[in-house]
Amino acid sequence: MSADTAPLSSLPPVKGNFLGRLPVLKQLRQSVGLQRGMLVTGLVITALFLLVALFAPVIAPYGFAQLRDDSGAFGAQQPPSAQHIMGTTVGGYDVFSRVIWGAQTAVMVIVFAVVFSIIAGILLGLVSGYLGGWLDRVLVVIGDAIYAFPSLLLAIVLSIVISGGQSNLWGGIIAAALSITVVFIPQYYRVIRAETIRIKAEPYVESAKMLGASTSRIMFRHVLRNATRTLPIIFTLNSSEAILTLAGLGFLGFGIEPTAAAEWGYDLNKALSDVTSGIWWTALFPGLAIVLSVLGITLVGESLNDLADPRLRGRKRVKVKSGAVSETSVDRTLPSDEDILEENA
Amino acid sequence: MTTSLLPTDAPSVVAPKPKSAGGGLGRYLLIRFLLIFPTIFILVTLVFLLMRTIGDPITAAQGGRLTADQLAERIHAAGYDRPVLVQYFEYLGQVFTGNFGNTISDNRPVTEVLVTYGGATLELAFYALIVAFIVGIPLGMLAAYFRDRFPDAVLRIFAILCYATPVFFAGLLLKLIFSVWLQWLPVAGRASTRTELNMQSLPNKTGIYLIDAISLGSPAAIGDVLAHAVLPGIALGLLTAGVFLRLVRTNVIGTLGTDYVDAARSRGVSEFRLVRKHAYKPALIPIITVIGLQIALLLGGAVLTETTFEWKGLGFQLAAYLGARDFVAVQGIVALLAVFVAVTNFVVDVIAALIDPRVRY
Amino acid sequence: MKPVVEITDLSISFATDGGAVKAVDGVSLTVNRGEVLAIVGESGSGKTVTAKTILGLLPDTATTGGAVVLTNRAGTGESDVVTLSKKELREVRGTDVSMVFQEPSTALNPVYTVGWQIAEGIRAHRKLSRAEAKREAIEILRKVGIPDPEVRVNYYPHQFSGGQKQRVVIASALVLNPGLIVADEPTTALDVTVQAEILELLRRLRDEFGTAIVLITHNMGVVADLADRVAVMYQGKVVEEADAKTLFANPQAPYTKQLLDAVPRIGQGRIQTTERLALRDAGIASRAAEGRTDKPVVVAENLVIEYPGRLGQKGFRAVDDVSFRIQPGEVLGLVGESGSGKTTIGRAIGGLTRATGGSLRVLDFEMVGFSERKFKPLRADIGFVFQDPAASFNPLLTIADAVAEPLVIHGRASSPADARKRVDELLEAVQLPKSYGDRFPHELSGGQRQRASLARGLALEPKLLIADEPTSALDVSVQARVLELFAELQAEFGFAALFISHDLAVVDLLADRIAVLYHGKLVEEGTGADVLDHPKDPYTRRLLASLPVPDPVEQAARRTVLAELQSSPGDNPA
Repeated sequence: MSADTAPLSSLPPVKGNFLGRLPVLKQLRQSVGLQRGMLVTGLVITALFLLVALFAPVIAPYGFAQLRDDSGAFGAQQPPSAQHIMGTTVGGYDVFSRVIWGAQTAVMVIVFAVVFSIIAGILLGLVSGYLGGWLDRVLVVIGDAIYAFPSLLLAIVLSIVISGGQSNLWGGIIAAALSITVVFIPQYYRVIRAETIRIKAEPYVESAKMLGASTSRIMFRHVLRNATRTLPIIFTLNSSEAILTLAGLGFLGFGIEPTAAAEWGYDLNKALSDVTSGIWWTALFPGLAIVLSVLGITLVGESLNDLADPRLRGRKRVKVKSGAVSETSVDRTLPSDEDILEENA
Repeated sequence: MTTSLLPTDAPSVVAPKPKSAGGGLGRYLLIRFLLIFPTIFILVTLVFLLMRTIGDPITAAQGGRLTADQLAERIHAAGYDRPVLVQYFEYLGQVFTGNFGNTISDNRPVTEVLVTYGGATLELAFYALIVAFIVGIPLGMLAAYFRDRFPDAVLRIFAILCYATPVFFAGLLLKLIFSVWLQWLPVAGRASTRTELNMQSLPNKTGIYLIDAISLGSPAAIGDVLAHAVLPGIALGLLTAGVFLRLVRTNVIGTLGTDYVDAARSRGVSEFRLVRKHAYKPALIPIITVIGLQIALLLGGAVLTETTFEWKGLGFQLAAYLGARDFVAVQGIVALLAVFVAVTNFVVDVIAALIDPRVRY
Repeated sequence: MKPVVEITDLSISFATDGGAVKAVDGVSLTVNRGEVLAIVGESGSGKTVTAKTILGLLPDTATTGGAVVLTNRAGTGESDVVTLSKKELREVRGTDVSMVFQEPSTALNPVYTVGWQIAEGIRAHRKLSRAEAKREAIEILRKVGIPDPEVRVNYYPHQFSGGQKQRVVIASALVLNPGLIVADEPTTALDVTVQAEILELLRRLRDEFGTAIVLITHNMGVVADLADRVAVMYQGKVVEEADAKTLFANPQAPYTKQLLDAVPRIGQGRIQTTERLALRDAGIASRAAEGRTDKPVVVAENLVIEYPGRLGQKGFRAVDDVSFRIQPGEVLGLVGESGSGKTTIGRAIGGLTRATGGSLRVLDFEMVGFSERKFKPLRADIGFVFQDPAASFNPLLTIADAVAEPLVIHGRASSPADARKRVDELLEAVQLPKSYGDRFPHELSGGQRQRASLARGLALEPKLLIADEPTSALDVSVQARVLELFAELQAEFGFAALFISHDLAVVDLLADRIAVLYHGKLVEEGTGADVLDHPKDPYTRRLLASLPVPDPVEQAARRTVLAELQSSPGDNPA
């Protein structure tokens, strides 16, 4: 009856070409107006960020720890020039090169952190939500406790534990990723657990129970795949949080050594005193890099979130008397696909 | 920096049960109160265990400076050579009595550090919350009112920018523009040296400069304190404001789609009033719960803001102790913050329950 | 006098994810003063959209053409809702036209008192002090039959029962005395006994206040009870318009005839039931001749089902001291309103809810304190059909995979692909084309999904099928065909069934025996003829009398009976 009751987005796309079935592209086709604008902007920025990370060795004119080239040392705190388009830092590094290399570090940390925490969070949430009982209660209290705690502090403590605070490239990246992982697990856990509990009460799960399906069959065949539909959204939102947490750690001096990798937060920390004396380029560019990458990923995540929620999804306006009338099921044989899609829309 | 943009919901353990008559509220409050203790216990234990896995704090702090014998002697004297379990129970007992140990670097009780610097952090958080409320909530309602139209898009981009800008970068930019280039506001610190000296003479200092300045009775001092507060308050406040804006917008749009809003509309209630009254108040209940969780974000942000603006609060001090590898101090401060977070979340949940008539009656 | 509303050539299209959809196509209708016009149709007919247009309440995704001219109560002004500005629309809403919604529990804002919500409507149009507005709110609450309105004006919505909430919603629509009230399925969410009371109240609005009502409904009984004139909508068009008596006595459009034929009537299935009974008795007799006696499939003796309370609180007793049995091949209809415990009994038999007291033997297996592991092999002999066909399929599995599930779980097939032949047979048995096995649930209509659900329930040829409100989510014409199919399948497979429904007429169509539940207790049990033609229990009588029949003349007579029943002492609804 009313045009916006059943969420079509909660149903899997079946018809249409292969491209239309990929998660992000499906939403891209679905979106209109401002929402499409936001999604496209986000996708473009994110793609740029990933490309920069991938091709950092090609794009960056110097290495991230390079202090001199054939014509001698770069010099510290040099303003932007033809040779150093974003100037040099207090430590004498080329700002532009470190901004480019920083994208690579950020992407690596995101990938590790999000992959680790998704696997752990989903398993815990699924088991805890479906089985319930005392295990569930204990996990919930622990999860809530960690969730409510300032995650940056937790990440600091963990980075001390894992790496003693400072380390080389891979050690630093894994340490940062693991600290972020522990902070993220409760978030995935909460979301997946809530979904699991909701799905557990769905008739199709009860129906599987009625048929005598084993617990593991129900959990993995019926609950898991339905519970993880919101993951692309959480994935993107968490990726931006990972960048921010990494930068926060770096800013407090718990990041990665400048000689091991470029890290935006670390550079901003070093730029702290520059600002007071009016040197702006050392802070501005790494800062903008953080803002842009987080902005891009968040735009994608927010748009996906809006599109997944029929209440928040916008639609194109139509002309009067356009479209086919949706039918009722009386005296017709079997409905065509379009009819059913409309009925469900 | 976390707990911000995720689809957050109320803490899942004991959500207030609607339609519970009579003793429902009392029961809920009691269970919610009792839940504070396991929360603190878990966090304190977690921090203790994590910090101990890297060895004893004395080696970490003084490792390079002392000989092996001296080190062993100090470790023995502090009792760090006993079994971890014994130390753990001793620590729990101490925490229970409010003793969080002494710092290694400057040998002060952690509780004293907290009393000295806690006020500053509280003051900063207060300013930030004011900024967040003033900016976030009305703009969120406005965005919901204009949903999917141009003002909404602008507001949403603003919200995402607030969130995407790390507080320290926002702080640096603000400093660069308003303090260094325009020279309107002070660069760092909580007050000028003169004001601080004047306040030293006060008989009963609170450590909260605004209150101290007011009790000094000097308008110049008040102005000085406020001028120092503007930039850090905005830097930290905007971060939270972005989250509030988005939260209010989503929840209000959600309630705007409900039948009761349509019902009120069918009685001729104006669109603006629908947003302000019908949609906002029901939306407020989940919002308040999430605001409780934002306390954590605010405290994490405070550490970064205080470092950026040399605001001598708990976060600044924590960063200093971290630099000095003084893990007793770190452990103490983190444990104390855990207590603080657990209690505030309790208070916030109580407020949320009191607002909801389904729980109240 | 001018009509209160005059709709001319109304067309409405919606933007959906699947493109533009036309919901209303050239509809013209008029409603006269103090008249009840019923707009009847099934889902997708455009009736709700038409009604919402009268108040200009369509979402932004809708585009409207044509004219909807409202005249105010005094007859002094008229306005075309389609072209009004937002401000003018606001002035019309509440004063000239207002609305009663389907679901009273969501139509009231949970965080404001009902008095506040009614007063807000008054103060949106008239300059009154809070105290004056509140006084008017009390007055209108009294008029719609809320007891102690002075006290209850300060209550929050959750403190009222469902029927009272609907009265409050009606009060808030009535308070400014509009000439027209649009009631969108005003009784669909309510139990049938409460429905009768709300219909009575709506009748009073027309008779005492002279308010015209546009009644949107799919229920022909409700139409017969209340409407003066009826417009039947189908696929966005009005296919027939007539006064109520004429329409029911002499329907013209083929669609109207079909619709009326599809409505189940009490006593309609009596002949089949008797035939079936005779066949079954013959079967029992022949088996008894071979020296075999049939064991009952389900035996409940003093069954008690309690839901545990939270820490230290008292549990809730959903089923209290209920005894019944189901013989092989027999269909037991379980009837009751919400909260009667009927669904709980079905779930307990299926092992989804634990029976806590008395005895419940299913296929000779004791369900009180049962262990899932021992019960599991027996599950192959129990089929289940759920209420909501949309939710009872995993959205990510194809229909064939879902129907194959029971076969795979109980080892009759090694994989869904292996089971495909059997699945195709089953789909054919429920009259679905084989190719539908490759579709996903959302690609089927509601009725088709419920057929598939039946196929799944019957996959293992169970001895017992539990059907929990299997047709209550379906349109009436679809319901008729699913019920027919159910009866055919039952005759073919010969399973015993527990058929749970709130609708006496539906149960009567299929059930050999009927059991009536009220507040967890079984108040009456017997054959359809016993229970429905000669009810003994006062509750059964009231339930029967409350059920509106699709015939205005007969319904008017039944109303008098119901009024007598309600005035006579006896148990009253909570």
